[in-house]
Amino acid sequence: MALKLTHDELMKFDLRPPKKGWMDTKPEFRKGTFCFSGVQKHVEYLEQPNPREWQPYDEDWKLPENWEETIIKGFEDRLSRFRSFKLFMDICVRCGACADKCHYFIGSGDPKNMPVLRAELMRSVYRKRFTAAGKILGKLVGARDIDEAVLREWFYYFYQCTECRRCSVFCPYGIDTAEITMMGREMLNMVGLNINWIIEPASNCFRTGNHLGIQPHTFKDNIEFAVDEIESITGIRVEPTINRKGAEVLFIIPSADIFADPHIFTFYGYLMLFHEIGLDYTFSSYASEGGNFGLFFSHEMVKRLNAKIYAEAKRLGVKYIIGGECGHMWRVMHQYMDTMNGPAETKGDPVSAVTGTRFDHARSTKMVHICEFTSDLIHHKKLKLDPARNDGYRVTFHDSCNPARAMGMLEEPRIVIRNSCHNFFEMPENTIREQTFCCGSGSGLGTDENLEMRMRGGLPRANAVKHVHDRHGVNMLACICAIDKATLPALMDYWVGGVDVCGVHELLGNALVMKGEKERTTNLRGEELSSKEDANA
Amino acid sequence: MGLTLSFLLVGALTLIAYALAGNMPAVFGIWVPYAASALFLAGIIYRVIDWARSPVPFRITTTCGQAKSLPWIKADRLESPSGLFSAVGRMFFEVLFFRSLFRNSRAEVHAGPKLAYGSSKWLWIFAMMFHWSFLVIFIRHLRFFTEPVPYLVTLAHSLDGIFEIGVPALYLTNLFILAALSYLLVRRIIIPQIRYISLLTDYLPLFMLFGVVISGVIMRYFVKTDVVAAKKLVMSLLLFSPSIPEGLGIAFYIHLFLVCVFFAVFPFSKLSHMAGVFLSPTRNLANTNRVKRHINPWNPKVKVHTYEEWEDEFRDRLKAAGYQLERD
Repeated sequence: MALKLTHDELMKFDLRPPKKGWMDTKPEFRKGTFCFSGVQKHVEYLEQPNPREWQPYDEDWKLPENWEETIIKGFEDRLSRFRSFKLFMDICVRCGACADKCHYFIGSGDPKNMPVLRAELMRSVYRKRFTAAGKILGKLVGARDIDEAVLREWFYYFYQCTECRRCSVFCPYGIDTAEITMMGREMLNMVGLNINWIIEPASNCFRTGNHLGIQPHTFKDNIEFAVDEIESITGIRVEPTINRKGAEVLFIIPSADIFADPHIFTFYGYLMLFHEIGLDYTFSSYASEGGNFGLFFSHEMVKRLNAKIYAEAKRLGVKYIIGGECGHMWRVMHQYMDTMNGPAETKGDPVSAVTGTRFDHARSTKMVHICEFTSDLIHHKKLKLDPARNDGYRVTFHDSCNPARAMGMLEEPRIVIRNSCHNFFEMPENTIREQTFCCGSGSGLGTDENLEMRMRGGLPRANAVKHVHDRHGVNMLACICAIDKATLPALMDYWVGGVDVCGVHELLGNALVMKGEKERTTNLRGEELSSKEDANA
Repeated sequence: MGLTLSFLLVGALTLIAYALAGNMPAVFGIWVPYAASALFLAGIIYRVIDWARSPVPFRITTTCGQAKSLPWIKADRLESPSGLFSAVGRMFFEVLFFRSLFRNSRAEVHAGPKLAYGSSKWLWIFAMMFHWSFLVIFIRHLRFFTEPVPYLVTLAHSLDGIFEIGVPALYLTNLFILAALSYLLVRRIIIPQIRYISLLTDYLPLFMLFGVVISGVIMRYFVKTDVVAAKKLVMSLLLFSPSIPEGLGIAFYIHLFLVCVFFAVFPFSKLSHMAGVFLSPTRNLANTNRVKRHINPWNPKVKVHTYEEWEDEFRDRLKAAGYQLERD
């Protein structure tokens, strides 16, 4: 599916805000700029409030009778449970430093996509209900009460924030719009307002163990398929196991890695790497998802979905956990998992059996990012790599939001890339590392019906890729996030052209010289190695 | 509306002091300052306690640099604090030098579209200028509050007037703070986006401070005010034996009244960011998430899908696919 609007049509917006004040303008639910509602059966399965059939463009949202009370109670409850929320309601000075840091604002010009105003949508209600000045002086001090129009505005704009936290890097008080959006979405969910691209994966994940709803036998089949593919490319039959007790490592991936294109090539990379170093590891078909769409609408759901990771690590008796390439999954693993579902009951500590390195920085959570694991192998020269096999690619790296701004994992993926390919080019510094721009489709907004907003939000990222594409001939965008892999291809096609998307471990898999492998004639995508090189020469 | 109204409000406050202070010196010299001090102190304490009452359930540090991970990878300890010490360091630079604001950039969309990012330090420069001037002015005002005057206060006072331009010597901070306030006000008015988000409560503190600074400048350079009398009043207030000395002009009362209003609303407005910044979880927490378990005091019990339930649900398929099961 491609966006029909031309670049010029998309960029035709007036940067001047409307004449009327922002409280007097309301969003229009225009096709392409919002996501469809959560399907009833999934809302029911997860036992979430107010399951029903409805759509955001409907006149009647079929809200429960006492919805205002529910929202205000929910508001109060969250103010008392989250210092971040309470503080961020109070201390913003509206300096506006965050405004042009948001990819959605840059790509839409809509002032309500400035992080400060997104938060004011909620602060205004906070002032009205929870501050004396707001109660007495009302609109004069930026206070307004909640009503259905405000609720619709919340829905529109809190599902137009990808929780990427770029604004929080620049805010002098560290105000994190992701926190505000998360609270907003929780409250919306309390009255039955949510989107299907989030609810369905969460429901699938709760039931089957993964977002895509892959059942255990299919999970196995998909892994077998990957094993066959790897054999035909390398001549080596790797032997991954599933649900095997007593393995040293439990390997958790975003389930898209075994299912989707181009994720699957990264998956080949993992399997080849682990085979080559002889890692004693197992997959789990019960904990077959590292991603966690609970993060996109409810803290409670994060915990419910995440619980299976430690439970499975304990059941299988592994020593530690390695996690694959996924952005928001790693926000959960790094910042939430141990707190929510810890302490981890594993049989040991995270120590690489190959290099002897103790991953001390993960000693409590017992979970290591695969880029950390692999960069350690590379540092200790445990891998034989032939970067020339990636010579057909001219690579740039998109720091995925969460690994960058929630983990501070900036160097590890770069170490893997630099050792796996010859042609690596960084995008401009305002667009990488902690200042990286979101793909525009994160936090559950990567759905087709939201395509226009995705292309708008993805503009800053795409534009930076275009810069290195024009200047250095970059034709491959590497990343470490499953949502990136799913949504960046469409973004590249729309804004750039001629740039593919891959995982870091796909590049590694290409470069990895395996013991006893046959001469490689193709890369992991089945593209002729020589012809790629010729094309590039 | 907010702009005009807050200007008028500050004008009205000034007029009130101008019209009434002469007849009611005890109200403006004693009761208003006491009330304002009480509101400020109680308000700030209440605010901080109120914030602190809400727990920090998750360690949500915003990392702005390489974390401490593997020993051979150089960590950015300030931007991704690896422990208490570096978190304190991060806060130090944040609070005193506005490190995050220093990062500020400007995004522009040119035809194409082609995006360009430019450095944009003006807000940082003037914010620094404003806050540091405010601090120095505050410190040198302590000479009215102390006897003997501490060395630091005298030093601030003499450094501020170091160029000895005019008599009495011109304070540099007076120039700086007026320049900074002007910048902060003008950008709020002329940048369309900023104007769009600005509330009465954004303009009001600016105008109040303009009033405070201008009345202060007038007292020092134009309508000479009896400094000794001013100190007498302040000291009498501090010793809780308030008395109104002779010789305090109307400019002094205007100045004092605006200061009082400013501090009285401080805790209940966005000005509370001064205290709040210290509590900001994205900044003041170390990025030690995987090293040390963070405790959430209200960590709820939730319904999970256990392995056993899962195995029961998919038993036939698991069997058919040859999985090892817990129960056959």
